[in-house]
Amino acid sequence: MHDRIRKYRNRMMMGIFIAATLLALIPLFGVLGYVVANGISALNLEFFTNLPKAMGAPGGGMANSIVGTLTMVLIASLIGIPVGILASIYLTEYDRTSWFSIGVRFATDVLTGIPSIIVGIVIYTAVVLKMGHFSALAGGLSLSIIMIPLIIRSTEEMLKLVSHSIREAGYALGISKGKTILRIVLPTAAKGIITGAMLAVARVSGETAPLLFTALGNQYWARSLNEPTAALPVQIYQYATSPYKEWHQQAWAGSLVLISLVVILNLIARFAFRSRSN
Amino acid sequence: MSKKTKLTASLGDKTLRLLTLLMAISVLVLMVWMGWQLYASARPSIDKFGFSFITGRVWDPVKEQFGALPFIYGTLVTSFLALIIAAPIGLGVAIFLNEMATSKVRSVIAFLVEMLAAIPSVVYGLWGIFVLAPWLRQTVEPALGKWFGFIPLFQGTPLGFGMLAGGLILAVMILPTIAAISGEVMAAVPKEQREAALALGATKWEMIRISVLPYAKSGILGGIMLGLGRALGETMAVTMVIGNRPDILPSLFAPAYSIAAVIANEFTEATYDLYLSALVEIGLILFGITLILNVFARLLVWSVARGPKGGIS
Repeated sequence: MHDRIRKYRNRMMMGIFIAATLLALIPLFGVLGYVVANGISALNLEFFTNLPKAMGAPGGGMANSIVGTLTMVLIASLIGIPVGILASIYLTEYDRTSWFSIGVRFATDVLTGIPSIIVGIVIYTAVVLKMGHFSALAGGLSLSIIMIPLIIRSTEEMLKLVSHSIREAGYALGISKGKTILRIVLPTAAKGIITGAMLAVARVSGETAPLLFTALGNQYWARSLNEPTAALPVQIYQYATSPYKEWHQQAWAGSLVLISLVVILNLIARFAFRSRSN
Repeated sequence: MSKKTKLTASLGDKTLRLLTLLMAISVLVLMVWMGWQLYASARPSIDKFGFSFITGRVWDPVKEQFGALPFIYGTLVTSFLALIIAAPIGLGVAIFLNEMATSKVRSVIAFLVEMLAAIPSVVYGLWGIFVLAPWLRQTVEPALGKWFGFIPLFQGTPLGFGMLAGGLILAVMILPTIAAISGEVMAAVPKEQREAALALGATKWEMIRISVLPYAKSGILGGIMLGLGRALGETMAVTMVIGNRPDILPSLFAPAYSIAAVIANEFTEATYDLYLSALVEIGLILFGITLILNVFARLLVWSVARGPKGGIS
């Protein structure tokens, strides 16, 4: 009798956990479904080649936003990826256990939890106010600050997976430590490091808050890196909160493009990672 | 000749070491610099308003009155609402993935949960405006009002845009964090501990309750705190559905305002220095809260996920 109650309770709890998992996935399919359904109808070639149209006018595109996002993500990557990889080399290859390294690792973890809008404020007061104008540079810089801790964490995990015997083989051949790191350890972990970098790129591509007061947005083409620059997520935000139906359509189309970018990057990263671990 | 090559090699070695060290230091510098930059810019507002900034209920830039309480209230209510919804579900997902699912099912579901975290905040906001809020206004809020209307939380006109919408969207967004961190610490529970419980005849649930959950408890708490941290600072999705009205009302249906939302909406419109400084001070408060929360949460997670294996490594 008592056993039956225990078994019954066990089955009930297992059912609850399965139900929780299914419940958690409803919003995913809800969001994806609506974005695909509403986005596809507004998506056409014009969307990728044209500038935004005036308020409430149908048609137009987000070409400048797409280019702006790519530009700023590129700037962020050029800063964030090298800084992150170098820092994680220090944490795994030179000094794994000192208090300094533990402190840096801890600060990295804490930094990933700082809201991205805070980064926007800091870059606004430190860069935008000093330069006197909004710019793609400031936007890219704020994205790089979000990227750095992500890159450090993922690269560190990958470098730790490289077996010590590989490093020792390098030393045994008389290769210096620096060369061992650059020529042997990094290439061994390359696939994993690239995976981590791609996930970080995917993450910052969708960031809106830090760009609101660094890059600001622009209805036209930015002629240099020193001008206010449009970005896909910022444009989606402005269109979504506008009262115009035509702009809402554009926001859905923009979301479809943005989500496709993020999902594709995630899928490639996942796929590359799996082929590596097998 | 050979001596010379050795010398340059060691010079290169030293350069690499120094370069990597500098980059590692830069992380610490970055964190301190961010805090300092915020403090310095918020200074005029801190000096002028002092403690009344946090307790003030009136936010009126035209009259130079700045009280942040409505924003703090809106942020806390939506975040805790999100936590109440997301914590049990996230924990359920973590248990399902770690203890029940076969490895094939796990890799698929885990990927889907990761995607939930990968969807950009602004897309959640768009969905919130056009799908979630109308649904809440037409279906959920009238029903809640009908059945639970005697509780102040569920009184008032169903608007759709308000704290309920904010809390729900935040719940979706922090669920992956809670599930991932809880799963990570559960995976760190030694296998022997599970087997010991099973060998004594425990059912799977009893095994989870006896040997997994107590062991992972503080790590799970850490995961929940990290989720809370994410909810407090989440900007776009909340800004788009919370209603953006700086009032302190008891009903979850009522429009409110959050810290991150007011910064997002008003920062570029701050027409004079004190206004800007007040907005930065709100940002500083948010920075402080999330920083402290993250430090505690990370300590808890580290103590479980890395502790038992013999120190931090």
